[in-house]
Amino acid sequence: MNEFLQIQLLGIFSLGMNLGWALVMIPLLPLLGFLLLGLFGKKFLKQSAGIFATLLLAASAFLSLHTAYGYFFKYGKSEGIYQKIVPIQFTWLQFSPGVSIDLGILLDPISVMMLVVVTFISLMVHVYSLAYMKGEERFPTYYSFLGLFTFSMLGLVMSSNIFQLYIFWELVGVSSFLLIGYYYDRPSAVAACKKAFIITRFADLGFLIGILILSFYGGTLDFNTLIEKLTSTDSTEFKTIVSASFMGISALTWALVLVFIGGAGKSALFPLHVWLPDAMEGPTPVSALIHAATMVVAGVFLVARLFPVFSMSEVALMVVSIIGIISALFAALIACTQTDIKRVLAYSTMSQIGFMMFSLGVSGQGGESGLGFTAAMFHLFTHALFKALLFLGAGSVIHFIHSNEMKDMGGLRKHLPITHITFLIACLAISGVPPFAGFFSKEEILLAAYHHNATIYWIALATSGLTSFYMFRLYFSIFWNKEHIAHGEAHGEGGFVMMLPLIVLSVGAAAAGFIPFGEYVSADGKALESVFHLQFSIAPVALGLAGIFTAMWMYKKQNNRPDTIAHSMNSFYKLAYHKFYVDELYLFVTKKILFNLIGKPAAWFDKNVVNGLVNGTGNFTLFISEKAKGFQSGKVQQYAIYFLAGMIGLAVLFIYIWK
Amino acid sequence: MSGSTIIFYLLSILTLVSGILSVTTRQIFRAAIFLLFSLIGIAGLYFWMQYEFIAAVQIVVYVGGITVLIIFSIFLTQQAGELLPQQNKKRVLLALLAAFCGFALTLLQIIQHSFNKTSETPILPTMENIGNQMLGIEENGFSLPFEVVSILLLAAMIGCIVIALRSKPTTV
Amino acid sequence: MMEPGLYHVLFISTALFFIGVFGFLTRRNLITMLMSIELVLNSVNINFIAFNKYVWPNQLDGLFFSIFVIAIAAAEAAVAIAIIINLYRSHQSIDVENAEDLKF
Repeated sequence: MNEFLQIQLLGIFSLGMNLGWALVMIPLLPLLGFLLLGLFGKKFLKQSAGIFATLLLAASAFLSLHTAYGYFFKYGKSEGIYQKIVPIQFTWLQFSPGVSIDLGILLDPISVMMLVVVTFISLMVHVYSLAYMKGEERFPTYYSFLGLFTFSMLGLVMSSNIFQLYIFWELVGVSSFLLIGYYYDRPSAVAACKKAFIITRFADLGFLIGILILSFYGGTLDFNTLIEKLTSTDSTEFKTIVSASFMGISALTWALVLVFIGGAGKSALFPLHVWLPDAMEGPTPVSALIHAATMVVAGVFLVARLFPVFSMSEVALMVVSIIGIISALFAALIACTQTDIKRVLAYSTMSQIGFMMFSLGVSGQGGESGLGFTAAMFHLFTHALFKALLFLGAGSVIHFIHSNEMKDMGGLRKHLPITHITFLIACLAISGVPPFAGFFSKEEILLAAYHHNATIYWIALATSGLTSFYMFRLYFSIFWNKEHIAHGEAHGEGGFVMMLPLIVLSVGAAAAGFIPFGEYVSADGKALESVFHLQFSIAPVALGLAGIFTAMWMYKKQNNRPDTIAHSMNSFYKLAYHKFYVDELYLFVTKKILFNLIGKPAAWFDKNVVNGLVNGTGNFTLFISEKAKGFQSGKVQQYAIYFLAGMIGLAVLFIYIWK
Repeated sequence: MSGSTIIFYLLSILTLVSGILSVTTRQIFRAAIFLLFSLIGIAGLYFWMQYEFIAAVQIVVYVGGITVLIIFSIFLTQQAGELLPQQNKKRVLLALLAAFCGFALTLLQIIQHSFNKTSETPILPTMENIGNQMLGIEENGFSLPFEVVSILLLAAMIGCIVIALRSKPTTV
Repeated sequence: MMEPGLYHVLFISTALFFIGVFGFLTRRNLITMLMSIELVLNSVNINFIAFNKYVWPNQLDGLFFSIFVIAIAAAEAAVAIAIIINLYRSHQSIDVENAEDLKF
């Protein structure tokens, strides 16, 4: 297989690089950027650091596009099925003959798709940041962190085994932590990065335990072998993992639910979502990259990667879809009430990830029932494009206004024409208005839900209506509403460098829906015929348009309708405005219950028992030495008496007592 | 009671009494003189045990050497007629107790132990035997310790000179 | 009175030893302390000779040991007196209570 690949590639690449070399370079180029900029950026590169990093990433993006082209059109397919190819694999840590941790690269449709998404969005963000972050004192540091993040994310999606994925998973968490806390002189940013890190760490504990259970029963860490062993119903591994049970639930389900908890933490699903809105403290391009397009979908990617195993457990899939739909609805409700534009986008992200998750949850393995899987991946793809666009647009607005608050904005369509248009495209895309990208992916998700579970379908439908409402609320509040007396006109829209990514992404957001995604990405590797029912699309589109018009009615002109409505649903509005008090619940649990019941006794124990022991040892020594000091008088005769007494004592001891 | 016995008891009384007086008198010169008598008594005991050589060494080294040295140093460091300072009572009592306990313990052990004389042919401590063995290098020869002690004495001699040398203020 | 033998000699040497010890513990003058030490050493010599004569007359080891002890005692006395004289020069006193500086 490998030889075949190399020959194939030699034809394409006159430089004579083989597939492995090119693949390895994809993550290594950003890593190189990270190392060089981190070590020398401050001294030598300064403002040119951005261009340097961008060029490196452009090379990486080119390589991944090339890989994608090669995979999808040249060598990936064999007998109509996209294969899982492992071009590179070497043993990294050999614990014992049977147990080792490997490093390798796994190519399959979703990892190749993710490669493209990650490098492409990252490249856009790199370009955008050239202007957005210009003049920052820690400009090279910013780019080195971006490089680290991109490296880790690429490593994550290319991992050939679950432990390697876990390593990169944590690296992604670290770089996210660093980037959220980029403005480390702001207490709120510091608090936010700590919060993000702690919550995702907490979730990763579940992930790790899940990994251990899976690999214990599966006997391997390798994805392909693991999936193979745990999906064939007559293998011994499958039989043991299903028959082993804890609290009445099989070990397989436990492992999958635990892995899913890790994914939910990273993907900010209910109830582990509280870090995501706060993570908006980071620079806006970072939010676009990490907290909209790439890192937060790592959870979706994880479930998709292990999807064949997930499909063996009804319960685990049930959990996935329930958590997904709850997150989608819950976040959409909150997003309707928030006034900080980045937070609205954050909740919107959470809601969209909820869509992807429940779509995975309602999917089956292979064939027609695998629609949900394809839909989730498709939505991941389109969402990355339009959500990155939304964030970058919001960044452009913030750059202009110097505020995140909706009330400071309004009437900006004249001042920011390009941002306005691209933002509108993104809003239409996320609202599911044809023919923009979101329409196609959301349609597929709803279709999958419709076939599988009516309740989920109805909730999803309502949520998609809400989505278009809050997105257009955002749009109208920023660009219409009151006529703004702009105070940032001096520097205009931010120049070509900032507009270029917006335009490129808006083209993507508008047109990506026409990609016949099902042909390339499906649960079992076979091409999936995407069926398009016109009558089915009527309800979602109508609902989306209704949401848009409601938002228009309420927010296009400055009026008191929003207040009246908010007033009429007073208590519910308040509940949503305060994010359903989830943060407060966490605080209550941690402060009141954990701190008082566990922390305080632990502190008491530490202060009195542990410290007491340590201090007691010290004091005792002090006391003894204080007493012993008297013996050291310098008086020879005193010493002689002690000596004699000691000798007599010893003599008595040896002669009469220990005969 | 034979004459030998009488001589032994006389010598022991001389040794012990002058020893006690030597450590208790408050006039330092008298202490030195009592020490002299005690050492002579010990030399007498050696004679009584028919170890004439060691008795002679005792008289030459101790009586003739060390005691004279001590008397000289007394002259160098002491004002005439000055009484020795009184030691505090508590210390004296403690020392007495310690010494007595040690004495009692040791004596008890000695008395409880029975020493058996060896049956092998004795070697007489004649000058010839002593000389042969002292400088012999065969099995029972003591020539190595003899050399070591010679070096020790030399080192001590040099040490004494170095320590007692009056250091010049300029060189310090 | 009985015929004097090993036990009598050992009694004398033990008594002399503890007389020396007592002197060492109670005297405050360094020279008198030195004298006490001489007494202690002599008692040991008596022991060596007595054991040589009464227990192992087939060897002369005890005698040699006492010769060495005497030699070392002479060296010790010489060194000690040198130190005492030096001390007297610096402190104008040879009282042991005044010689506490060594502890520093």
